[in-house]
Amino acid sequence: MISKQKKGVRLDQISKIYIDPKTNKKFYAVNNVSLTIEPGSFVTLLGPSGCGKTTTLRMIAGFESPDEGEIYLGDQPINALMPNKRDTAMVFQSYALFPHYNVYDNVAYGLKLRKVPKDEMNLRIKRILDLVELSGMESRMTNQLSGGQQQRVALARAMVVEPSVLLFDEPLSNLDAKLRVSMRTEIRRIQQTLGITAVYVTHDQAEAMAISDKIIVMNKGVIAQMGTPREIYHHPVSEFVADFIGEVNFLTGNIVKTDGSKCTLKIAEHEVIVDNPDSFPVGKECKVVLRPEAAILADAGALPCKVVLSCFMGAYQNYHVMVGNTLVKLADYCPVGRKTYEVGDTAFLSFREGCVHML
Amino acid sequence: MPMKTRQGAALERKKFFADPAMVTTIALLAVLLALFILYPLAMLLMDSVHVQETETILLETVLSGDADIKYETDESGRKSVRVLDSKNKENLIALDDLTGAYGSLFVKNGRAIRDGDTIDPAKTYIKFDKNYWTLDAFPRIFKDYTFNNAFFNTLKLGMITSFGAVIVGLLFAYVDCYVSVKSRIIKKMFDVVSTLPVVSPPFVLSLSMILLFGRGGLITRKLLGIYDSDVYGLSGIAIVQILTFFPVCYMMLKGLLKNIDPSMEEASRDMGASRWKVFTTVTLPLMLPGLGNAFLVTFIESVADFANPMMIGGSYDTLATTIYLRITGGSYDTTGAAAMAVVLLSITLVLFLIQKYYLEAKTAATLTGKASRARVAITDNSVRIPLTTICSVISAFVILMYIAIPFGALFKLWGRDYSLSLKWFEQLFRDDGFKAFKDSFILSIIAAPITALLSMIISYLVVKKKFHGRGAIEFISMLAMAVPGTVLGVGFIRGFARGVFRTGLLQGIYGSGLILVIVFVIRSLPVGTRSGISALRQIDKSIEESAYDLGAGSTKVFTSVTLPLIKDSFLSGLVTTFVRSITAISAIILLVTPRYLLITCRINEFAEKGAYGVACAYATILIAIVYAAILLMNLCIKYMGTSRRTKVKEID
Repeated sequence: MISKQKKGVRLDQISKIYIDPKTNKKFYAVNNVSLTIEPGSFVTLLGPSGCGKTTTLRMIAGFESPDEGEIYLGDQPINALMPNKRDTAMVFQSYALFPHYNVYDNVAYGLKLRKVPKDEMNLRIKRILDLVELSGMESRMTNQLSGGQQQRVALARAMVVEPSVLLFDEPLSNLDAKLRVSMRTEIRRIQQTLGITAVYVTHDQAEAMAISDKIIVMNKGVIAQMGTPREIYHHPVSEFVADFIGEVNFLTGNIVKTDGSKCTLKIAEHEVIVDNPDSFPVGKECKVVLRPEAAILADAGALPCKVVLSCFMGAYQNYHVMVGNTLVKLADYCPVGRKTYEVGDTAFLSFREGCVHML
Repeated sequence: MPMKTRQGAALERKKFFADPAMVTTIALLAVLLALFILYPLAMLLMDSVHVQETETILLETVLSGDADIKYETDESGRKSVRVLDSKNKENLIALDDLTGAYGSLFVKNGRAIRDGDTIDPAKTYIKFDKNYWTLDAFPRIFKDYTFNNAFFNTLKLGMITSFGAVIVGLLFAYVDCYVSVKSRIIKKMFDVVSTLPVVSPPFVLSLSMILLFGRGGLITRKLLGIYDSDVYGLSGIAIVQILTFFPVCYMMLKGLLKNIDPSMEEASRDMGASRWKVFTTVTLPLMLPGLGNAFLVTFIESVADFANPMMIGGSYDTLATTIYLRITGGSYDTTGAAAMAVVLLSITLVLFLIQKYYLEAKTAATLTGKASRARVAITDNSVRIPLTTICSVISAFVILMYIAIPFGALFKLWGRDYSLSLKWFEQLFRDDGFKAFKDSFILSIIAAPITALLSMIISYLVVKKKFHGRGAIEFISMLAMAVPGTVLGVGFIRGFARGVFRTGLLQGIYGSGLILVIVFVIRSLPVGTRSGISALRQIDKSIEESAYDLGAGSTKVFTSVTLPLIKDSFLSGLVTTFVRSITAISAIILLVTPRYLLITCRINEFAEKGAYGVACAYATILIAIVYAAILLMNLCIKYMGTSRRTKVKEID
């Protein structure tokens, strides 16, 4: 359906300065951000509120102008282009449907502006409404639709103009939890069908993981890490990223011995052997990034610990244990047939092979 | 590293100028507002401190070097002066040459001297152009009895009216929000009374006040047998103004009371306070800024009111009427009149600024929350019966005053012969009544769409766009609210009678219908803009952003998205402007020429002459037109308006 050449987006050292309305001081909402979004890929900007992700997206759309740097759409610099002259289409958090138009007219809005001939327009609208599964609802007013349906109209309206880049500004945050999960699968499916370049902003890490080819974690206006969901989950570059993506425990230890790709780490007076891909030297103080599911609780192992909470969650047994003075949260999946520890028990913690990461 | 926003600002500018339609609109708007609001007021201000006149001085005094004029040196270094010739053209002439034969330069006994005349410096005068700045006019008018009297009259009237209107308004609002009123007739009456004076022509209440309580009044003379009743004067104006302005206070205070969370008052009751204690310790303090707000709004209206003091004031002159009489009375004291207008403008402007920037913010700060649930109405008869009775009596009184108008037109001779006849209507149409209706109607109907569209454009720019001068545009369009009609009228006379900056430019509009339309537009602009702004603030900004994003330019966004979404506001702007224009008098009466007959001016004329029958006939038809317009608007909004639901709840 997308016949024209796909375009990527490139941000070259982009900064945006805002004035804090309370203190009247300037601050960087976005600070020296450079990134390249490959044509046809699905990239997510992820971060807590106020990290600059929405500002970045709005700069790509043209609603904000960067104070430093240049934005490229394909090879074309677009800094000075008005939003209506940019080949982007945005799906808004509030959907921003035109309440005085019905579904058909909402979707047709962009096509009419592009002076698409009537026949082609009808065809394209029909096809896109089929894709978002809203056929037959053309004459409904937008306030007669459910939240999920409105969301799909917004999606159809943005996609029908066949933009080079689709922009999503937290499009699912107004939906309930269940609908959010099914809609994100839907968005991913449609994006893949059309092969369109997409930039997606969210603060929901699960959503980001489920939907993206590449995640860009942002914090305080700068890029904290860029990578595939797998890289970011397993090899976070900082405590912030590790903490932001999923549940995490940090265990502090010192390297006492290195041996090729492995090293011996001393945690709370006990020694454990872990992977050392970054070749940290002996004597370095390290943080072990331990995901709840990456540890095994058993009667024997590397680190002795004391169980302070034990709770059955259905899919897993949830433990809180003390390793020295550090509280570690664990999830033991499929606990059926294994020993269940109770509060007050002493047990041993060991890391699953290849599942921990050191900072 | 220093933070520089220069690139961002430059890009914003670039994007801004890449949108010619918007740039042109803003530029045009700026010119319009500057030319028709700021410029007339500036001229007024200048007139009050600037004197431009010609003066004749004895030649001897000029030669002695002591005259109160500017001495210069000419190119050959001689001491010279700028003298006017008989064509009022300036010539730089050396003192030595002044006694020489300069044809038609000197004035002797009021005529120009010709060659051959003998020049006696002790008997010859020469003419100079005097052009200077002075604040003399202000001390002068404050010494002037008429002005002084009017000044204090105005303030006194403003105080009485605002107090009265706020108290009556508060009473109505309290009864409406707190007291359980079972009778549906009384409720309906409240509705009628609260809308009647707001939309009715300004002097209708004055007119019926005279009919009912005047010397030949139906109630005073016929029913009570009082023959020397005097409604003309302070008490008359105050009563009429209170009745005219209290509905505005009522609506404002009702909005406030609705926002007070009843649980606060319940908490106070719960801790043992009586109802009166609750009112004085909780409700009243919470409303204080709002009451102040209502007080100031009424004060401005009262001070600016022209029609009522004119009709029922008698010898009680206010600033507005005094200025009008100065201009039309032929006393030709333009500097004085301008200075008076400046004084009047200063009063309203200061109050307006306090109201807008101090009290409005404070009101919003004290009452932020929405009422969490409905209030339990007071059913206690000791509260209910007296309050409801007072309100009902006031309502009945207002309604009675409106009923008096059509009867005033139908009775053969008010005060003498109360038999019904159509003779006043016949006289009206035999006269030039039809032309008056046609002129008023046409001018107002031209002004209506212009104002409605203009105010929607201004609101759109103010709420949705970022550009330098946005605040200025909002302020100036709101400023017109604080400018009394009389002041605007004088400003237009001073500003356009001899063209813009007295150059003759645009002089053509002076005395034309166009200037009347412009005045109508300017006078209604703040109302429309305010309603447009509040309507637009409710619309999620991403709706327009998504239209931009899909490729629409700002004109397209405005016409295809913004305007349809604030259609209700547009429609009501249309009708409000029409109603305000067709009932306007204060600015218009100063600017209208015999080419146009306006209903309001005709009513004023006939009422002045004591021809109340015809005046009532005019007023009756005018009220009918106004109500028809409002009815039409409500129908349009009902069947064509948007439901203004932009945020939608989930259905499933």
